[in-house]
Amino acid sequence: MQMNGAQAVLKALEHEGVDTVFGMPGGAILPVYDPLIESSIRHILVRHEQGAGHMASGYAHATGRPGVAVVTSGPAATNMVTPLLDAYMDSIPMVCITGQVALPAIGTDAFQEADTTGITMSATKHNYLVTDVNDIPQVIHDAFHLATTGRPGPVLVDIPKDLVLPTAELEWYAPTGHDLPGYDPIMDGDPAAIAEAARMICEAERPVIYSGGGILRSRAAEVLLELAEMTDIPVVTTLMNRGGFPDDHKLCLGMPGMHGNYTAVMAMQEADLLIALGARFDDRVTGDRGSFAPDAKVIHVDIDPAELGKVRHAHVPIAGDAKSIIAGLNGAIRSLGGGDAQPDRTSWRTTISGWQEKYPLTYDEHKPGDRLKPQAVVEQLRDNTPDDTIVVAGVGQHQMWASQYWKFNHPYTWINSGGLGTMGYAVPAAIGAQVGQPDRMVWAVDGDGCFQMTCQELTTAALEKIPVKIAILNNSYLGMVRQWQELFYDERYSETHLHTLPDFKMMAESMGCVGFRVDSPEEVEATIQKANEVDDRPVVIDFRTLEDEKVYPMVPAGASNSDLLVDPSQREG
Amino acid sequence: MSAAENCDLHTIVVLVENKSGVLARIAGLFSRRGFNIESLAVAPTDDERFSRITIVVDVSSTSIDQVVKQLDKLINVLEIRELDPATSVERELLMVTVSAPTPESRREIIDLVQIFDAQVLNVGFDQLMVSVAGSPRRLDDFEALLGRYGIAEMQRTGKIALSELAKVDPSA
Repeated sequence: MQMNGAQAVLKALEHEGVDTVFGMPGGAILPVYDPLIESSIRHILVRHEQGAGHMASGYAHATGRPGVAVVTSGPAATNMVTPLLDAYMDSIPMVCITGQVALPAIGTDAFQEADTTGITMSATKHNYLVTDVNDIPQVIHDAFHLATTGRPGPVLVDIPKDLVLPTAELEWYAPTGHDLPGYDPIMDGDPAAIAEAARMICEAERPVIYSGGGILRSRAAEVLLELAEMTDIPVVTTLMNRGGFPDDHKLCLGMPGMHGNYTAVMAMQEADLLIALGARFDDRVTGDRGSFAPDAKVIHVDIDPAELGKVRHAHVPIAGDAKSIIAGLNGAIRSLGGGDAQPDRTSWRTTISGWQEKYPLTYDEHKPGDRLKPQAVVEQLRDNTPDDTIVVAGVGQHQMWASQYWKFNHPYTWINSGGLGTMGYAVPAAIGAQVGQPDRMVWAVDGDGCFQMTCQELTTAALEKIPVKIAILNNSYLGMVRQWQELFYDERYSETHLHTLPDFKMMAESMGCVGFRVDSPEEVEATIQKANEVDDRPVVIDFRTLEDEKVYPMVPAGASNSDLLVDPSQREG
Repeated sequence: MSAAENCDLHTIVVLVENKSGVLARIAGLFSRRGFNIESLAVAPTDDERFSRITIVVDVSSTSIDQVVKQLDKLINVLEIRELDPATSVERELLMVTVSAPTPESRREIIDLVQIFDAQVLNVGFDQLMVSVAGSPRRLDDFEALLGRYGIAEMQRTGKIALSELAKVDPSA
């Protein structure tokens, strides 16, 4: 079938099963937008290209399918850098198509020219500059393959304008194979290493399963549950794997790390065996590396061989897909005698339940006349929404409270920017998640600082009738920075006060959303209920929260995890 | 300590797709991860689809394991081999312009050229341009010996290397 390059781009996307793209047209990508009118693909017109990128990421998180963003050259491509790097850090499958100036103009500093492939080289798993119209079907096919296989990640395809003009014709072909001689991700783990890992698990006295985002990426939640239940080994779920193991399970210790549950942090510190599954020993998890889990041997399973031994020596490194390796591990443990082949771990269980009893997550009661307790708002949201609600957060205090106080009992119900820590992630990512899961309830828990970075996308959502819900924990501050200034900079609040402006209720209404403002604890639940009933447009609730509330527990930067600061009410002396 | 004796220097040979931007990807990876390149030589192989890059990397502040694994993540990288100096054959080319204002100095330099199997490439009224190919260690020696005459300009290519061949037929 004869067609032009622009039609081939859309045909190639359709060929990959793409139903939705997030984007904004502009000069160099303009020809691709013309055949879009006839295409089956839904296009969500954003207000800023960064929004398109995070929407694609939220869509991918929520569906497991690659998110797609389409934007023009130059500034549009540079606006895409943050979402690309965000997705790269969190291993989110994404394909981004950027327009580029015509081939003869490349290198001449043409209008809206940017060295997009150069700029995004370290922000993508791989990128392409297409130089021949006949390559379009193959390159897009390869891009989706790279984005979704092995360790997933974002792939960018930069297409010069002269390749998508009506004059640039090609004979369409449906690519069958891939032209990627240097790409062959390891999927199956080494059986000998799996057997050795099983033996270590069956000998450990104080084992902990350290489960990370790789569980969700490889769709391994079920085999993880089987492993934990068979061996009766407790599980910590990192920020990237909240929901990958149910919070209401008796073996779940919750989130580890800088703002982790006391028990999750201490269980790792005291463990004699860490079973790291799809986790990468991030500095926010380990605290000071030298004093992290000092007595633990490590079994490390990751699809990216470069993660094995990068931060922490692994006694048994196993490269490959988490799901297949955990399934293999379960079989190997079963053949050693299953759960019964392990030592008596009563004392370890007692230690853990002692910590859980003594140091649960906690916060002070609300005092009359004070602004709202942010933790209480999260708890009321949790208690007044369906169990499978998708929760999306930005970055900062609100993100930590949402992760701590929500109960994530299902995979793919928690979406946030973990690795890059991108403020402003929540609103667009929630929109993307809602587009991908139209029948589910999607709540963004956001901060007032984050909200102001990307809230213009609520106009996008209003026009598209995307009923996403935004709870702003508005403490009038860049709260996490303020917390550090209070604790470590002698209460010198340099440039963190945001002054409770603008009025988010009015702002939401001006963008076609329903807006609420909540000042007192009595109004919280009723307002959430009202928001839940809205199904034809976005809702924003401006919760006015206490400015000096802090996230605890906390491991001060650079400190050992053993020096975790618990809530003041739990401190001795 | 000369470069050739530094045990923090490892040689890796990387087979890559011969596509535009591949060298930038490798250089970008090294700078982003804080790996240090001591020298780098790149040229197409006998198969024009591929190039071979010989990188001498300083691993005093990183592990060679990480360098190899991170390189392997680049989509355009097909194969990486770390070459052990004890079992590989290494070559490098050096070109140098050296002062030779007097007949004595000129004669002495030409003696060195003969000893080192080097070549005189160009002759000026008070300078000689010479080149020598050989192991990096040998080039270090040659460079040091010429130093006393005054080096005006010098360029080394960075080494290239291949694995030593089997001396015994393993099937025999």
